Amino acid sequence: MERLLKFVYEYRAFFTFLFLELTCAWLIVENNQFQSSAYFNSSNRTAASVLGFSQGVREYFSLSTINKDLARENAILRTALEQRNQRIFAEQIPEIKDPLIGNRFEYLGAKVVSNSTQFYKNYITVDKGKLDGIEPGMAAISISGAVGKVKTVSDHFSVLISLLHTDEMVSCVVKQKDYFGTAQWDGADARFTNLRYIPRHANPSVGDTVVTSGYNAIFPKGVLVGVIRSASLNEESPFWDIQVALAQDFSKLSFVELVKSNLKHERDSLESITISEIR
Amino acid sequence: MIRSGIVHIVLFFMYVLVQAMLLKNLVLFDSAFCFLYVAFVLLLPFELSTTVTILIGFFVGFSIDIFYSSMGLHAFATVLMSYLRNYWLSVITPQGGYDTGNSPTIATNGVQWFLVYAIPLVFIHHFVLFFLEASSFDMFWYTMLKIMGSVLFTMTVIIFLQFLVPQRRKI
Repeated sequence: MERLLKFVYEYRAFFTFLFLELTCAWLIVENNQFQSSAYFNSSNRTAASVLGFSQGVREYFSLSTINKDLARENAILRTALEQRNQRIFAEQIPEIKDPLIGNRFEYLGAKVVSNSTQFYKNYITVDKGKLDGIEPGMAAISISGAVGKVKTVSDHFSVLISLLHTDEMVSCVVKQKDYFGTAQWDGADARFTNLRYIPRHANPSVGDTVVTSGYNAIFPKGVLVGVIRSASLNEESPFWDIQVALAQDFSKLSFVELVKSNLKHERDSLESITISEIR
Repeated sequence: MIRSGIVHIVLFFMYVLVQAMLLKNLVLFDSAFCFLYVAFVLLLPFELSTTVTILIGFFVGFSIDIFYSSMGLHAFATVLMSYLRNYWLSVITPQGGYDTGNSPTIATNGVQWFLVYAIPLVFIHHFVLFFLEASSFDMFWYTMLKIMGSVLFTMTVIIFLQFLVPQRRKI
Protein backbone atom coordinates (compact mmCIF):
# COMPACT_ATOMS: atom_id res chain seq x y z
CA MET A 1 0.00 0.00 0.00
CA GLU A 2 2.75 2.37 1.00
CA ARG A 3 4.65 1.57 -2.17
CA LEU A 4 1.53 2.12 -4.22
CA LEU A 5 1.00 5.54 -2.67
CA LYS A 6 4.65 6.32 -3.22
CA PHE A 7 4.30 5.32 -6.86
CA VAL A 8 1.24 7.54 -7.32
CA TYR A 9 3.04 10.42 -5.62
CA GLU A 10 6.09 9.92 -7.81
CA TYR A 11 3.99 10.22 -10.95
CA ARG A 12 1.48 12.71 -9.55
CA ALA A 13 1.84 15.00 -12.56
CA PHE A 14 0.92 12.20 -14.93
CA PHE A 15 -2.01 11.05 -12.82
CA THR A 16 -3.36 14.60 -12.47
CA PHE A 17 -3.01 14.94 -16.23
CA LEU A 18 -4.86 11.69 -16.82
CA PHE A 19 -7.61 12.58 -14.39
CA LEU A 20 -8.19 16.05 -15.88
CA GLU A 21 -8.17 14.77 -19.48
CA LEU A 22 -10.70 12.09 -18.60
CA THR A 23 -12.87 14.72 -16.91
CA CYS A 24 -12.70 16.88 -20.04
CA ALA A 25 -13.47 13.94 -22.33
CA TRP A 26 -16.48 13.11 -20.18
CA LEU A 27 -17.65 16.74 -20.35
CA ILE A 28 -17.29 16.78 -24.14
CA VAL A 29 -19.29 13.58 -24.55
CA GLU A 30 -21.93 14.82 -22.12
CA ASN A 31 -22.20 18.12 -23.98
CA ASN A 32 -22.69 16.41 -27.33
CA GLN A 33 -25.84 14.73 -26.14
CA PHE A 34 -28.88 16.78 -26.97
CA GLN A 35 -30.86 18.45 -24.18
CA SER A 36 -28.46 18.12 -21.33
CA SER A 37 -28.89 20.65 -18.56
CA ALA A 38 -25.49 22.13 -17.96
CA TYR A 39 -24.70 25.01 -15.68
CA PHE A 40 -21.21 25.81 -16.93
CA ASN A 41 -21.91 27.15 -20.38
CA SER A 42 -22.78 30.52 -21.84
CA SER A 43 -26.30 30.34 -20.38
CA ASN A 44 -24.53 30.96 -17.08
CA ARG A 45 -25.63 34.41 -15.96
CA THR A 46 -22.20 36.01 -15.49
CA ALA A 47 -20.86 34.61 -18.75
CA ALA A 48 -23.97 35.71 -20.64
CA SER A 49 -23.82 39.27 -19.33
CA VAL A 50 -20.16 39.57 -20.34
CA LEU A 51 -20.97 38.24 -23.81
CA GLY A 52 -24.06 40.46 -23.94
CA PHE A 53 -21.91 43.52 -23.45
CA SER A 54 -19.73 42.83 -26.47
CA GLN A 55 -22.78 41.84 -28.54
CA GLY A 56 -24.39 45.15 -27.49
CA VAL A 57 -21.46 47.09 -28.92
CA ARG A 58 -21.64 45.14 -32.18
CA GLU A 59 -25.41 45.49 -32.38
CA TYR A 60 -25.15 49.26 -32.11
CA PHE A 61 -23.50 49.33 -35.52
CA SER A 62 -26.18 47.20 -37.16
CA LEU A 63 -29.19 49.03 -35.71
CA SER A 64 -30.32 50.38 -39.08
CA THR A 65 -30.32 46.89 -40.63
CA ILE A 66 -32.28 45.53 -37.68
CA ASN A 67 -34.83 48.31 -38.00
CA LYS A 68 -35.17 47.75 -41.71
CA ASP A 69 -35.75 44.02 -41.16
CA LEU A 70 -38.37 44.69 -38.50
CA ALA A 71 -40.20 47.17 -40.74
CA ARG A 72 -40.11 44.65 -43.58
CA GLU A 73 -41.51 41.92 -41.35
CA ASN A 74 -44.27 44.24 -40.11
CA ALA A 75 -45.26 45.00 -43.68
CA ILE A 76 -45.33 41.31 -44.63
CA LEU A 77 -47.39 40.40 -41.57
CA ARG A 78 -49.82 43.26 -42.14
CA THR A 79 -50.34 42.23 -45.76
CA ALA A 80 -50.87 38.60 -44.77
CA LEU A 81 -53.36 39.57 -42.07
CA GLU A 82 -55.28 41.81 -44.43
CA GLN A 83 -55.44 39.11 -47.11
CA ARG A 84 -56.67 36.62 -44.57
CA ASN A 85 -59.34 38.96 -43.25
CA GLN A 86 -60.56 39.64 -46.77
CA ARG A 87 -60.74 35.95 -47.53
CA ILE A 88 -62.65 35.14 -44.39
CA PHE A 89 -65.06 37.98 -45.18
CA ALA A 90 -65.48 37.20 -48.88
CA GLU A 91 -65.68 33.44 -48.77
CA GLN A 92 -67.39 33.08 -45.41
CA ILE A 93 -64.69 30.64 -44.22
CA PRO A 94 -65.34 29.90 -40.58
CA GLU A 95 -62.45 30.66 -38.22
CA ILE A 96 -60.74 27.60 -36.81
CA LYS A 97 -63.07 26.38 -34.09
CA ASP A 98 -60.71 24.47 -31.82
CA PRO A 99 -58.63 27.05 -29.95
CA LEU A 100 -56.04 24.37 -29.12
CA ILE A 101 -55.31 23.84 -32.82
CA GLY A 102 -55.47 27.57 -33.46
CA ASN A 103 -52.95 28.28 -30.71
CA ARG A 104 -50.67 25.37 -31.49
CA PHE A 105 -47.59 27.53 -31.71
CA GLU A 106 -46.61 30.41 -29.44
CA TYR A 107 -43.86 32.83 -30.40
CA LEU A 108 -41.48 34.50 -27.95
CA GLY A 109 -39.03 37.16 -29.10
CA ALA A 110 -35.46 36.98 -27.80
CA LYS A 111 -32.25 38.87 -28.31
CA VAL A 112 -29.05 37.16 -29.38
CA VAL A 113 -26.32 37.50 -26.77
CA SER A 114 -23.61 35.49 -28.44
CA ASN A 115 -23.28 33.77 -31.80
CA SER A 116 -20.62 32.12 -33.90
CA THR A 117 -20.47 30.81 -37.46
CA GLN A 118 -16.89 29.69 -37.95
CA PHE A 119 -16.75 26.51 -35.88
CA TYR A 120 -18.03 23.07 -36.86
CA LYS A 121 -20.42 23.13 -33.94
CA ASN A 122 -21.90 26.58 -33.53
CA TYR A 123 -24.11 27.67 -30.67
CA ILE A 124 -26.24 30.78 -30.14
CA THR A 125 -26.97 32.25 -26.71
CA VAL A 126 -30.20 34.25 -26.27
CA ASP A 127 -31.54 36.31 -23.38
CA LYS A 128 -34.71 34.35 -22.57
CA GLY A 129 -34.71 31.40 -20.21
CA LYS A 130 -36.67 28.99 -18.08
CA LEU A 131 -38.54 31.81 -16.30
CA ASP A 132 -39.85 33.03 -19.67
CA GLY A 133 -41.16 29.59 -20.52
CA ILE A 134 -38.30 28.38 -22.70
CA GLU A 135 -37.73 24.63 -22.68
CA PRO A 136 -35.10 22.45 -24.34
CA GLY A 137 -36.29 21.25 -27.74
CA MET A 138 -38.09 24.43 -28.79
CA ALA A 139 -37.44 25.77 -32.28
CA ALA A 140 -35.88 29.15 -33.04
CA ILE A 141 -36.73 31.08 -36.19
CA SER A 142 -36.04 34.61 -37.39
CA ILE A 143 -37.58 37.03 -39.85
CA SER A 144 -35.68 35.40 -42.68
CA GLY A 145 -35.95 31.72 -41.80
CA ALA A 146 -35.11 28.81 -39.51
CA VAL A 147 -32.31 29.34 -36.99
CA GLY A 148 -32.01 26.32 -34.70
CA LYS A 149 -33.36 24.64 -31.61
CA VAL A 150 -32.95 25.12 -27.87
CA LYS A 151 -30.30 22.92 -26.25
CA THR A 152 -29.96 24.05 -22.64
CA VAL A 153 -31.76 26.63 -20.52
CA SER A 154 -30.88 28.51 -17.36
CA ASP A 155 -33.20 30.88 -15.48
CA HIS A 156 -32.59 33.88 -17.72
CA PHE A 157 -30.68 32.62 -20.76
CA SER A 158 -30.68 29.70 -23.14
CA VAL A 159 -28.25 28.14 -25.59
CA LEU A 160 -29.48 27.17 -29.05
CA ILE A 161 -27.96 24.69 -31.47
CA SER A 162 -27.54 26.67 -34.64
CA LEU A 163 -28.44 25.22 -38.05
CA LEU A 164 -24.70 25.63 -38.55
CA HIS A 165 -23.92 22.62 -36.35
CA THR A 166 -22.68 19.47 -38.04
CA ASP A 167 -24.89 17.21 -35.89
CA GLU A 168 -28.09 19.23 -36.31
CA MET A 169 -30.61 17.74 -38.73
CA VAL A 170 -33.86 19.41 -39.78
CA SER A 171 -36.60 17.67 -41.71
CA CYS A 172 -37.27 19.70 -44.87
CA VAL A 173 -39.37 19.63 -47.97
CA VAL A 174 -38.79 21.04 -51.46
CA LYS A 175 -41.79 23.31 -51.61
CA GLN A 176 -43.24 23.08 -55.09
CA LYS A 177 -42.41 19.39 -55.51
CA ASP A 178 -43.14 17.89 -52.09
CA TYR A 179 -40.00 15.78 -51.79
CA PHE A 180 -38.76 15.24 -48.25
CA GLY A 181 -35.17 15.42 -47.15
CA THR A 182 -32.95 16.41 -44.25
CA ALA A 183 -30.94 19.62 -44.02
CA GLN A 184 -27.53 19.09 -42.45
CA TRP A 185 -24.55 21.42 -42.47
CA ASP A 186 -21.17 20.09 -43.62
CA GLY A 187 -19.11 22.60 -41.61
CA ALA A 188 -17.51 24.51 -44.47
CA ASP A 189 -19.35 27.65 -45.56
CA ALA A 190 -21.76 29.49 -43.25
CA ARG A 191 -23.86 30.65 -46.23
CA PHE A 192 -24.82 27.20 -47.48
CA THR A 193 -26.22 23.99 -46.07
CA ASN A 194 -26.84 20.60 -47.65
CA LEU A 195 -30.11 18.89 -48.35
CA ARG A 196 -29.69 15.12 -48.02
CA TYR A 197 -31.79 12.05 -48.80
CA ILE A 198 -33.71 13.45 -51.78
CA PRO A 199 -34.27 10.28 -53.87
CA ARG A 200 -33.02 9.80 -57.42
CA HIS A 201 -36.42 9.96 -59.05
CA ALA A 202 -37.06 13.47 -57.71
CA ASN A 203 -36.40 16.43 -59.97
CA PRO A 204 -35.21 19.34 -57.84
CA SER A 205 -34.01 22.33 -59.79
CA VAL A 206 -31.95 25.39 -58.95
CA GLY A 207 -34.11 28.09 -57.39
CA ASP A 208 -36.60 25.79 -55.66
CA THR A 209 -37.57 26.87 -52.15
CA VAL A 210 -36.76 24.56 -49.24
CA VAL A 211 -38.97 24.83 -46.14
CA THR A 212 -39.34 22.83 -42.92
CA SER A 213 -41.70 19.87 -43.20
CA GLY A 214 -43.19 19.99 -39.72
CA TYR A 215 -42.61 16.25 -39.36
CA ASN A 216 -40.59 16.38 -36.16
CA ALA A 217 -42.97 18.65 -34.20
CA ILE A 218 -40.15 21.06 -33.36
CA PHE A 219 -40.36 23.45 -36.28
CA PRO A 220 -43.78 24.59 -37.50
CA LYS A 221 -44.58 23.57 -41.05
CA GLY A 222 -43.38 25.82 -43.83
CA VAL A 223 -40.60 27.85 -42.18
CA LEU A 224 -38.19 28.98 -44.88
CA VAL A 225 -34.75 27.32 -44.78
CA GLY A 226 -33.30 28.47 -48.08
CA VAL A 227 -33.20 28.23 -51.84
CA ILE A 228 -31.54 25.44 -53.84
CA ARG A 229 -28.26 26.73 -55.23
CA SER A 230 -26.98 23.67 -57.01
CA ALA A 231 -28.21 20.12 -57.52
CA SER A 232 -26.23 17.28 -59.01
CA LEU A 233 -26.70 13.54 -59.31
CA ASN A 234 -23.78 11.16 -58.99
CA GLU A 235 -23.73 8.01 -61.09
CA GLU A 236 -23.76 5.56 -58.16
CA SER A 237 -25.28 7.60 -55.34
CA PRO A 238 -28.88 6.81 -54.35
CA PHE A 239 -29.56 10.44 -53.43
CA TRP A 240 -29.20 13.88 -54.94
CA ASP A 241 -26.31 16.12 -53.94
CA ILE A 242 -28.05 19.40 -53.17
CA GLN A 243 -26.61 22.65 -51.85
CA VAL A 244 -29.03 25.15 -50.32
CA ALA A 245 -28.31 28.86 -49.89
CA LEU A 246 -29.52 29.66 -46.36
CA ALA A 247 -32.23 32.31 -46.09
CA GLN A 248 -30.86 33.56 -42.77
CA ASP A 249 -27.46 35.26 -42.82
CA PHE A 250 -26.11 33.79 -39.57
CA SER A 251 -23.32 36.31 -39.26
CA LYS A 252 -25.91 39.08 -38.88
CA LEU A 253 -28.29 37.39 -36.49
CA SER A 254 -29.52 39.74 -33.74
CA PHE A 255 -33.11 38.79 -32.86
CA VAL A 256 -34.81 35.41 -32.92
CA GLU A 257 -38.28 34.10 -32.14
CA LEU A 258 -38.62 30.96 -30.07
CA VAL A 259 -41.50 28.72 -31.05
CA LYS A 260 -43.33 26.88 -28.34
CA SER A 261 -45.25 23.93 -29.71
CA ASN A 262 -48.21 23.47 -27.35
CA LEU A 263 -49.31 20.13 -28.72
CA LYS A 264 -45.82 18.62 -28.83
CA HIS A 265 -46.30 16.47 -25.72
CA GLU A 266 -49.60 15.10 -26.93
CA ARG A 267 -48.14 14.27 -30.32
CA ASP A 268 -44.95 12.75 -28.91
CA SER A 269 -46.81 10.54 -26.45
CA LEU A 270 -49.21 9.38 -29.17
CA GLU A 271 -46.32 8.54 -31.47
CA SER A 272 -44.39 6.72 -28.75
CA ILE A 273 -47.46 4.57 -28.00
CA THR A 274 -47.66 3.64 -31.68
CA ILE A 275 -43.96 2.83 -31.81
CA SER A 276 -44.13 0.64 -28.70
CA GLU A 277 -47.14 -1.22 -30.11
CA ILE A 278 -45.21 -2.05 -33.27
CA ARG A 279 -42.49 -3.58 -31.13
CA MET B 1 6.07 34.91 -4.56
CA ILE B 2 2.74 36.23 -3.22
CA ARG B 3 3.03 39.32 -5.37
CA SER B 4 3.63 37.26 -8.48
CA GLY B 5 0.60 35.16 -7.54
CA ILE B 6 -1.65 38.21 -7.38
CA VAL B 7 -0.28 39.51 -10.67
CA HIS B 8 -1.06 36.17 -12.28
CA ILE B 9 -4.62 36.11 -10.92
CA VAL B 10 -5.24 39.57 -12.41
CA LEU B 11 -3.63 38.44 -15.68
CA PHE B 12 -5.86 35.36 -15.70
CA PHE B 13 -9.02 37.46 -15.63
CA MET B 14 -7.62 39.82 -18.25
CA TYR B 15 -6.77 37.00 -20.65
CA VAL B 16 -10.19 35.37 -20.22
CA LEU B 17 -12.11 38.64 -20.64
CA VAL B 18 -10.11 39.74 -23.68
CA GLN B 19 -10.64 36.32 -25.22
CA ALA B 20 -14.39 36.26 -24.52
CA MET B 21 -15.25 39.84 -25.44
CA LEU B 22 -12.79 40.78 -28.14
CA LEU B 23 -11.01 37.85 -29.75
CA LYS B 24 -14.11 35.64 -29.89
CA ASN B 25 -15.49 38.08 -32.47
CA LEU B 26 -12.21 38.43 -34.33
CA VAL B 27 -11.90 35.69 -36.93
CA LEU B 28 -9.91 36.42 -40.06
CA PHE B 29 -11.19 35.02 -43.38
CA ASP B 30 -13.56 32.71 -41.47
CA SER B 31 -10.64 30.43 -40.72
CA ALA B 32 -7.92 32.11 -38.62
CA PHE B 33 -8.78 32.24 -34.92
CA CYS B 34 -6.79 33.92 -32.19
CA PHE B 35 -6.59 31.87 -28.99
CA LEU B 36 -4.43 34.30 -27.10
CA TYR B 37 -5.27 32.71 -23.75
CA VAL B 38 -2.68 29.96 -24.37
CA ALA B 39 -0.06 32.64 -23.75
CA PHE B 40 -1.10 32.70 -20.10
CA VAL B 41 0.03 29.08 -19.73
CA LEU B 42 3.07 29.53 -21.97
CA LEU B 43 4.36 32.50 -19.99
CA LEU B 44 4.03 30.98 -16.51
CA PRO B 45 7.28 31.01 -14.48
CA PHE B 46 9.88 28.30 -15.10
CA GLU B 47 9.96 26.80 -11.63
CA LEU B 48 6.25 25.91 -11.49
CA SER B 49 5.76 22.16 -11.09
CA THR B 50 3.99 20.19 -13.82
CA THR B 51 1.04 19.38 -11.55
CA VAL B 52 0.37 23.05 -10.81
CA THR B 53 0.77 23.98 -14.49
CA ILE B 54 -1.78 21.34 -15.49
CA LEU B 55 -4.26 22.57 -12.90
CA ILE B 56 -3.84 26.17 -14.06
CA GLY B 57 -4.23 25.02 -17.66
CA PHE B 58 -7.45 23.26 -16.75
CA PHE B 59 -8.94 26.35 -15.11
CA VAL B 60 -8.00 28.61 -18.01
CA GLY B 61 -9.43 26.19 -20.57
CA PHE B 62 -12.56 25.63 -18.56
CA SER B 63 -13.22 29.37 -18.21
CA ILE B 64 -12.86 29.79 -21.96
CA ASP B 65 -15.23 26.85 -22.52
CA ILE B 66 -17.94 28.62 -20.55
CA PHE B 67 -17.86 31.51 -22.99
CA TYR B 68 -17.62 29.35 -26.11
CA SER B 69 -20.45 26.96 -25.01
CA SER B 70 -18.05 24.11 -25.72
CA MET B 71 -17.79 22.09 -22.53
CA GLY B 72 -14.38 20.52 -22.01
CA LEU B 73 -13.02 21.25 -25.48
CA HIS B 74 -10.61 24.07 -24.69
CA ALA B 75 -9.87 22.53 -21.29
CA PHE B 76 -8.79 19.27 -22.94
CA ALA B 77 -6.44 20.98 -25.37
CA THR B 78 -5.00 23.34 -22.76
CA VAL B 79 -4.37 20.57 -20.20
CA LEU B 80 -2.49 18.59 -22.85
CA MET B 81 -0.43 21.64 -23.74
CA SER B 82 0.34 22.42 -20.09
CA TYR B 83 1.43 18.82 -19.51
CA LEU B 84 3.85 18.91 -22.43
CA ARG B 85 5.14 22.38 -21.59
CA ASN B 86 7.55 21.43 -18.82
CA TYR B 87 8.94 18.46 -20.74
CA TRP B 88 9.48 20.63 -23.78
CA LEU B 89 11.15 23.26 -21.61
CA SER B 90 13.61 20.69 -20.28
CA VAL B 91 14.35 19.42 -23.79
CA ILE B 92 15.22 22.85 -25.15
CA THR B 93 17.15 24.15 -22.14
CA PRO B 94 19.72 26.66 -23.41
CA GLN B 95 23.35 26.48 -22.27
CA GLY B 96 23.57 27.60 -18.66
CA GLY B 97 19.96 26.63 -17.89
CA TYR B 98 17.08 28.86 -16.87
CA ASP B 99 17.16 31.55 -14.18
CA THR B 100 14.67 30.80 -11.42
CA GLY B 101 11.99 33.44 -11.01
CA ASN B 102 11.91 34.19 -14.72
CA SER B 103 9.31 33.32 -17.31
CA PRO B 104 9.95 31.89 -20.77
CA THR B 105 9.63 35.14 -22.71
CA ILE B 106 11.40 36.86 -25.57
CA ALA B 107 13.03 39.24 -23.10
CA THR B 108 14.74 36.44 -21.17
CA ASN B 109 15.72 34.04 -23.94
CA GLY B 110 15.46 35.80 -27.29
CA VAL B 111 13.09 35.59 -30.23
CA GLN B 112 14.56 32.49 -31.85
CA TRP B 113 14.39 30.43 -28.67
CA PHE B 114 10.87 31.65 -27.99
CA LEU B 115 9.64 30.58 -31.43
CA VAL B 116 11.14 27.11 -30.95
CA TYR B 117 9.47 26.96 -27.55
CA ALA B 118 6.03 28.30 -28.43
CA ILE B 119 5.17 27.18 -31.98
CA PRO B 120 5.08 23.40 -31.33
CA LEU B 121 3.02 23.85 -28.16
CA VAL B 122 0.54 26.23 -29.81
CA PHE B 123 0.33 23.88 -32.79
CA ILE B 124 -0.46 20.88 -30.56
CA HIS B 125 -3.11 22.90 -28.72
CA HIS B 126 -4.79 24.05 -31.94
CA PHE B 127 -4.48 20.64 -33.60
CA VAL B 128 -6.23 18.87 -30.72
CA LEU B 129 -8.79 21.66 -30.38
CA PHE B 130 -9.92 21.76 -34.00
CA PHE B 131 -9.95 18.03 -34.65
CA LEU B 132 -11.77 17.39 -31.39
CA GLU B 133 -14.34 19.98 -32.39
CA ALA B 134 -14.75 18.51 -35.87
CA SER B 135 -14.82 15.04 -34.23
CA SER B 136 -13.92 13.50 -37.59
CA PHE B 137 -11.24 13.60 -40.25
CA ASP B 138 -13.82 14.18 -42.98
CA MET B 139 -12.61 17.65 -43.83
CA PHE B 140 -8.96 17.07 -43.01
CA TRP B 141 -7.42 19.74 -45.22
CA TYR B 142 -9.98 22.38 -44.39
CA THR B 143 -9.36 21.74 -40.68
CA MET B 144 -5.59 21.83 -41.29
CA LEU B 145 -6.03 25.19 -43.01
CA LYS B 146 -7.90 26.47 -39.96
CA ILE B 147 -5.16 25.14 -37.67
CA MET B 148 -2.32 26.70 -39.68
CA GLY B 149 -4.10 30.05 -39.99
CA SER B 150 -4.87 30.09 -36.28
CA VAL B 151 -1.31 29.15 -35.25
CA LEU B 152 -0.01 32.00 -37.39
CA PHE B 153 -2.55 34.47 -36.01
CA THR B 154 -2.12 33.44 -32.36
CA MET B 155 1.69 33.47 -32.56
CA THR B 156 1.72 36.89 -34.22
CA VAL B 157 -0.44 38.37 -31.48
CA ILE B 158 1.59 36.70 -28.69
CA ILE B 159 4.88 38.03 -30.08
CA PHE B 160 3.40 41.45 -30.78
CA LEU B 161 2.12 41.74 -27.23
CA GLN B 162 5.55 40.94 -25.80
CA PHE B 163 7.12 43.79 -27.68
CA LEU B 164 4.21 46.07 -26.87
CA VAL B 165 4.15 45.39 -23.12
CA PRO B 166 7.65 46.05 -21.81
CA GLN B 167 8.90 43.11 -19.74
CA ARG B 168 11.05 43.73 -16.73
CA ARG B 169 13.96 41.36 -16.61
CA LYS B 170 14.24 39.99 -13.12
CA ILE B 171 17.79 39.25 -11.99
